[in-house]
Amino acid sequence: MNIVCCVKQVPDPETPARAFKVDEAAKQVVPAPGNPPVISQFDQIAVEAALRIRDALGEGTITILSLGPDSARDAIKVGLAMGADEAVHLNDPAFLDGDGYSTGLTLSKAIEKIGNVDLILTGRQATDWDFGVTGLTIAELLGIPSISITKRVTASGGKIQAERVLADSYETVEVPTPCVVSVSNELGEPRYPKLPQIMQAARKQVTVWTAADLGLSPDQVGKVGARLSLEALYIPQVESKVEFIEGDSPAEQATTLARKLREAKLI
Amino acid sequence: MANESGILVLVTGTNGQLSSLSTEQLGAARRIAEGLGGNVTAVAFGTGAPDYGRQALAYGADDAIAVEDPSLDEYRNENWTAAMTAVAQERNPALVLIGQTATGRDLAPRFAIRIGTAAAMDCVDFEVSNGTLLMTRPCFGGAAMAKYTSKTLPAVATVRPKAQEPLAQDTSRTGEVRTMTVDAVGVVSQILNREQVQSEGMRLEDAKVIVSGGRGLGSAEAFAELETLAKTLGGAVGASRAAVDLGWIPLTSQIGLTGKVVTPDLYIAVAISGASQHLAGITGARSVVAINKDAEADIFKHSRFGVVADWKTFIPAFTEEVRKLE
Repeated sequence: MNIVCCVKQVPDPETPARAFKVDEAAKQVVPAPGNPPVISQFDQIAVEAALRIRDALGEGTITILSLGPDSARDAIKVGLAMGADEAVHLNDPAFLDGDGYSTGLTLSKAIEKIGNVDLILTGRQATDWDFGVTGLTIAELLGIPSISITKRVTASGGKIQAERVLADSYETVEVPTPCVVSVSNELGEPRYPKLPQIMQAARKQVTVWTAADLGLSPDQVGKVGARLSLEALYIPQVESKVEFIEGDSPAEQATTLARKLREAKLI
Repeated sequence: MANESGILVLVTGTNGQLSSLSTEQLGAARRIAEGLGGNVTAVAFGTGAPDYGRQALAYGADDAIAVEDPSLDEYRNENWTAAMTAVAQERNPALVLIGQTATGRDLAPRFAIRIGTAAAMDCVDFEVSNGTLLMTRPCFGGAAMAKYTSKTLPAVATVRPKAQEPLAQDTSRTGEVRTMTVDAVGVVSQILNREQVQSEGMRLEDAKVIVSGGRGLGSAEAFAELETLAKTLGGAVGASRAAVDLGWIPLTSQIGLTGKVVTPDLYIAVAISGASQHLAGITGARSVVAINKDAEADIFKHSRFGVVADWKTFIPAFTEEVRKLE
């Protein structure tokens, strides 16, 4: 079984609010000095999902695929250290600042070039732009089935089964391969690579492709090829109007809060 | 295509009742139509479609399309995407609105690509400037807001629940509800199993009072204290994603960007730091009360009342005070 895991390097979502800054003119997030970028959390879970399938089948090739500038190498390394076999890095300035469509197009061309792919795994959404469309876009462009936002993925009988997370229920869906599945945090914790695996990762093959390698022209990809245009990026202003409840003890604070909430007719 | 006009709104319902999100989408559509022009057309799928179409008129639709095919009663990506595509091609709208639900998250992206455009997901606001539609959506876990225009038509957007106001229901509104048939498509996906998640008590989305716990609680057992307080207040218990990921409480209790969006009158956040991903689930809460040991916690910036205290001593005392008030 050949599995491709799409991963993305994103600004650290744990960046505290006071360190999170936006350059409104450039429409970009200003990297926070104390918080280096990380692999998007749901994508790391996608790699975990791939490894669990390979563990269960006892065979399989896992390829990490990432579109991004040089820094995407770090996200790729995480995937390789966790146990993926090889990687493809789509590194070309023309690829940058795309939308779901132009990025999905680029990834889908890469998947076609990799060839013979049975399963494509992605996170449910990248934790920077939070769109949640990439996996589904790839599926639509490749004309293959998809199952999104799942907590469990298995391969059995030549098909893929995945358990969708719905509002108040779970639904297990089965589709033939090739297909795309996106995963959610309910799938569980990604395995933590040990030092030997991290060192081994440095020796694994990372192939780099540009737009020309994929037969794509610059106007088909990245910002130019996008269908959505980002017009503004800003941090919404929040005026803090909090009233702190004073008191010499929690018991006193409790009495005061209960009184204030009763006065405000909230309880 | 050319001559795109008006707005197509996918509406859904349960047990014969149009969903509240559908009414919110229709409210948004009416407001957008003032700037974009054209009619607001509701579309519904399945056996209940004509009825949902009629209900949509009362909430702002000018007319409705009912695809009354029983094979569409249950959401399946293949046939809903095909039906939505057929309706959009026939109706030729400038904008399509879909609800940001489990169905919408799965349907909108593929549908948008199929009709030659791209979906703006989880939109909270819309504006029309010089005839151009701007769609506003949160990003970076809710820490930032982004506005988009669509270079391709129609624009496709999913609408976040509780972000838009519905119109007041007006049953005197009339309009045509026409039925439309779409060609059957092969469905390759098979549903093997369904499992309802047992959640006790009222739905979080309906609760007027919610007591919610985060990572700072330290254990699953801590939620028992929150349960007691919630019961005393006649409310429900929620949680941040951290608490859910730690296995302290079922995922159905998760409130936030990838969890539930709630609009209680009173939201009591206990040992929750206030990460933007969590705040994304409570922007509609009328009053937030936060209890946190850390005076610098971001949650306080979004609260009406703040208590800097250890929940272990505060919550039991507070529960007792609430009891005394009864």
